[in-house]
Amino acid sequence: MSRYFTDEHEWIDVDGDIATIGITDYAQEQLGDIVFVELPAEGTTFDKGDDAAVVESVKAASDVYAPISGEVIETNGALEDEPALANSDPEEDGWFFKLRITDAGELEGLMTEAAYKTFVAAL
Amino acid sequence: MTMIKEGRPTAPAPVNEAHMAPATATGNRALMLEEPLIFEIGSTDTTGVDFAPAPRVASRLGGLERRAIGLPGLSEQETVRHYTRLSRQNYAIDLGLFPLGSCTMKHNPRLNEKVARMPGFADLHPLAPQSTVQGALAVIHELAQWLITLTGMHGVAMSPKAGAHGELCGLLAIRAALEARGDARSVVLVPESAHGTNPATAAFCGYKVEDIPATPEGRVDLAALKRRLGPDVAAVMITNPNTCGLFERDMKVISDAVHAAGAFVYCDGANFNAIVGRVRPGDLGVDAMHINLHKTFSTPHGGGGPGSGPVVLSEALVPFAPLPFVEKQGDRFVLIEEESAQDHHAGTFGRMVAFHGQMGMFTRALAYILSHGADGLRQVAEDAVLNANYILRSLDDVLDAPFGGSGPCMHEALFSDKGLAEGFTTLDIAKGLIDEGFHPMTMYFPLVVHGAMLIEPTETESKAALDQFIMALRSLAQRAKAGDEALKGAPYHAPRRRLDETLAARKPVLTWEAPTLAQAAE
Amino acid sequence: MRYLPLTDTDRQAMLSVIGASSIDDLFVDVPAEARLSGTIAGLPDHASEMAVERHMSKLARHNLSAGEAPFFLGAGAYRHHVPASVDHLIQRGEFLTAYTPYQPEIAQGTLQVLFEFQTQVARLLGCDVANASMYDGSTACWEAIGMARRITKRGKAILSSGLHPHYVSVANTMAKFTGDMLAYEAPSLDAATDIDALIAAIDKDTSCVVVQYPDILGRIADLTPLAAAAHAAGALLVAVVTEPVALGALVPPGEMGADIVVGEGQSIGVGLQFGGPYLGLFACKAKYVRQMPGRLCGETVDAAGKRGFVLTLSTREQHIRREKATSNICTNSGLCALAFSIHMTLLGEAGLRDLAGLNHAYAVQAADRLAQVPGVTLLNDSFFNEFTLVLSKDARDVVRNLADRGVLGGVSLGRLFPAQDAIGHGLVVAVTETVTAEDIEAFAVALEEELA
Repeated sequence: MSRYFTDEHEWIDVDGDIATIGITDYAQEQLGDIVFVELPAEGTTFDKGDDAAVVESVKAASDVYAPISGEVIETNGALEDEPALANSDPEEDGWFFKLRITDAGELEGLMTEAAYKTFVAAL
Repeated sequence: MTMIKEGRPTAPAPVNEAHMAPATATGNRALMLEEPLIFEIGSTDTTGVDFAPAPRVASRLGGLERRAIGLPGLSEQETVRHYTRLSRQNYAIDLGLFPLGSCTMKHNPRLNEKVARMPGFADLHPLAPQSTVQGALAVIHELAQWLITLTGMHGVAMSPKAGAHGELCGLLAIRAALEARGDARSVVLVPESAHGTNPATAAFCGYKVEDIPATPEGRVDLAALKRRLGPDVAAVMITNPNTCGLFERDMKVISDAVHAAGAFVYCDGANFNAIVGRVRPGDLGVDAMHINLHKTFSTPHGGGGPGSGPVVLSEALVPFAPLPFVEKQGDRFVLIEEESAQDHHAGTFGRMVAFHGQMGMFTRALAYILSHGADGLRQVAEDAVLNANYILRSLDDVLDAPFGGSGPCMHEALFSDKGLAEGFTTLDIAKGLIDEGFHPMTMYFPLVVHGAMLIEPTETESKAALDQFIMALRSLAQRAKAGDEALKGAPYHAPRRRLDETLAARKPVLTWEAPTLAQAAE
Repeated sequence: MRYLPLTDTDRQAMLSVIGASSIDDLFVDVPAEARLSGTIAGLPDHASEMAVERHMSKLARHNLSAGEAPFFLGAGAYRHHVPASVDHLIQRGEFLTAYTPYQPEIAQGTLQVLFEFQTQVARLLGCDVANASMYDGSTACWEAIGMARRITKRGKAILSSGLHPHYVSVANTMAKFTGDMLAYEAPSLDAATDIDALIAAIDKDTSCVVVQYPDILGRIADLTPLAAAAHAAGALLVAVVTEPVALGALVPPGEMGADIVVGEGQSIGVGLQFGGPYLGLFACKAKYVRQMPGRLCGETVDAAGKRGFVLTLSTREQHIRREKATSNICTNSGLCALAFSIHMTLLGEAGLRDLAGLNHAYAVQAADRLAQVPGVTLLNDSFFNEFTLVLSKDARDVVRNLADRGVLGGVSLGRLFPAQDAIGHGLVVAVTETVTAEDIEAFAVALEEELA
């Protein structure tokens, strides 16, 4: 399994043709206290870059874009009852949704963990 | 000589440690009174209204009689006390300076309240026969004429219910005008510094919204705007004076360029107070502009409405204005509704509200306008701008004024949080102002300035009031720069300390529910 | 100028602090061609309080106010007695001259009122939650249609023929620009509502059915079967209440399965005011709360643990969400919500039931009396405080002639539905607690003479 990052502060775990997606620790820190996460319906298909989810803090609502194309096969129901998970454990239990990848080639432009750390440090 | 030593002491003992504000049994603090919810003090069988007994009749309710409702009542005395106590937990213009930028919190003259309550206006039905409401139609017409003349425009749509509703009206008129000439366009350009209602309105009307950047001096980037204009642009929405408190110097050039590209200019008139009587937006090439009667023309904000947002229109847009409106025919006033629209107003984009707009605001605004007259309104703009510049120049040595070098401000002064001690924010200064007895300024808007503080004093503040406010804000700025930790706990003296907005949003409690037995037992 | 506190001495002193030589220096950024050198021509100068009051009084006298005549108008705006304490309390400066409660520590008065208002409205309409108000009933109705579209992701709304025609017009105006499809036909003069036709019209593209209760002709129908049919097709039921006093006597739409209930709250506390400002009521099931337009007030605690209230879920709103907001609404009807809430607190459940009972009883008496007038037929089997009469003449003319006799005798269907000649003989008559037996008799006598 390998983990990728985007410059929109999402992480993607890839396991075969399944990708698990969430927001990074840096993103949750910038957003502040997250109060609600609106997740896509299972079965929805996205093209890379589509609006996929909305994450709301007290002061802002931010769109989460689909980092790669695919079909939603599962969403993290725990976030609906406990949005604070996205603050406390953003890169594990606070995952957002899982996609069945349609074009693995799209992963190529994404960052590694080291590259993302460098990217964030420069912000 | 008789010595009387009994009776009460007439001077207080000096305050010492033992006299530091102990908690009270009730939670009240003298005049600061805690007040429960009506659901906690009322009951469903208490009422503060008496009615004559109803005659006995056979019900015609179709078998749908209601059971329990769950609405508590209070006697009149308890009702008056409940709301009077609650009122005392509010800050208001009647208490002091209320410098919310972009909101124009000016004094609300009481004559206007008296006038609006005359039965000849307040007790009229919107569908009463027109022969019985000629005076009311005359008020709408007279106010309309003032608004048209003050703005140098050709017509006015009176029915929009508030500023955002007026924006909707203006954009719908623009869209109708474009469609009438068979010219579907898809994009509305909005400056970064715009009010949030602008992009929301444009999107609602089916337009794609694109940002126009600002120059470093806080004005619309004319070159960037010109580059973006093209056959797909329907309109440009500009706030002038803008939300950085500056007049858009290039407004006429912008309008000419927009018109040359076949598009329309929408002006957000929220800040009309700065220029009323001195500048007519019609002279700047504006096609549509809403006027917040609750800002410039002083109808009360009432804790969040009602507002009123008439929209003045250029010659090109007047044919598309919404129904209904008032027309003077000879010495009669006629309300043009759906029935008569075909003959008089075939291009209308339709109806926006059930009736004719905010009559109760029209009477107040007209009384305000007549009280000021043309000379007084000009003085309003001048004093509003003078007061804001006085604040700007009295504080720009202790607070960062990002556009202080861009020339005079108009009716509001903009500062940023630059230079405050590490960890200190605009919010801390705002909450500190509460303890000093002022309402805070607008915070974190416009978004183009970090930690923005937007201060609009309005023309109805005396120099003494401004000086006291300046003194308070200087003190707070110095404390925030010095890193005074106590500031982070402010306010200390308000009815409540800082409130937990995260909790409110994560677990929304939007209505009251009776506690369970277990909760009650705690 | 009595409202402007600065003296010329102050102005000079302030200009010198600013470093400007005259006020004109502060307007240098205005393009030269747009600078006005003096006051705008053709407008009068300032006037005394007495002169303005005299002018406005004169205009007010050119109207026949409802209190001066036998008065029977309704159709979306109702005349009720408003207790004196309501108007006194809303004129307290702390309520009247406050802004939207963006600084909750010093706005707990307004916020607690909104929390109480939301609870009162939710209970009255039979829903889980309500917002802090909209502009009026017609805009609330349109917002409900938009909300149903967002929830169901379908774009076709079916509007009942019993919906107020102005509400239909507002929805039509907006739908032209949003692309929603609206199915609507004008009503016919039947005693029965169009519930069966609405049920038949629901299909898989339907986002919602919008039905008024009681409807524009005063008719009352059980909405339960309609709610069931809508839900079976994955659509929502939106109910519109233009006379909230009716819910002191009638089962509320929320209890009959409506998903969103909107209304015009003007009847309680606000007054007629020639059509505005009014008060949009908006309530729905709890599961849809994040799709709701408008402001919401919620309970929380402060840093010291005390209960307090804040505006919440504001990320749905325009100032944060900008072009992705649920609505562009900003200012709402706060002061009207306060008036509604105070009046409702004075009434309480007991008072509201008495008020509703009185309205219904007077309406029944008036309907029976007017139905005896030759040339008049009562349309309704069921009604609350408003019913439709079918006259032997065009009702528009009758209404105008009655006004000339000093009787404000209802709203003609010809005015409400100008293109519908078939229903032009219909007259909608409202009877509230403010009507007396003498008023009813005067109306009946004048109507008899008009129709003779």
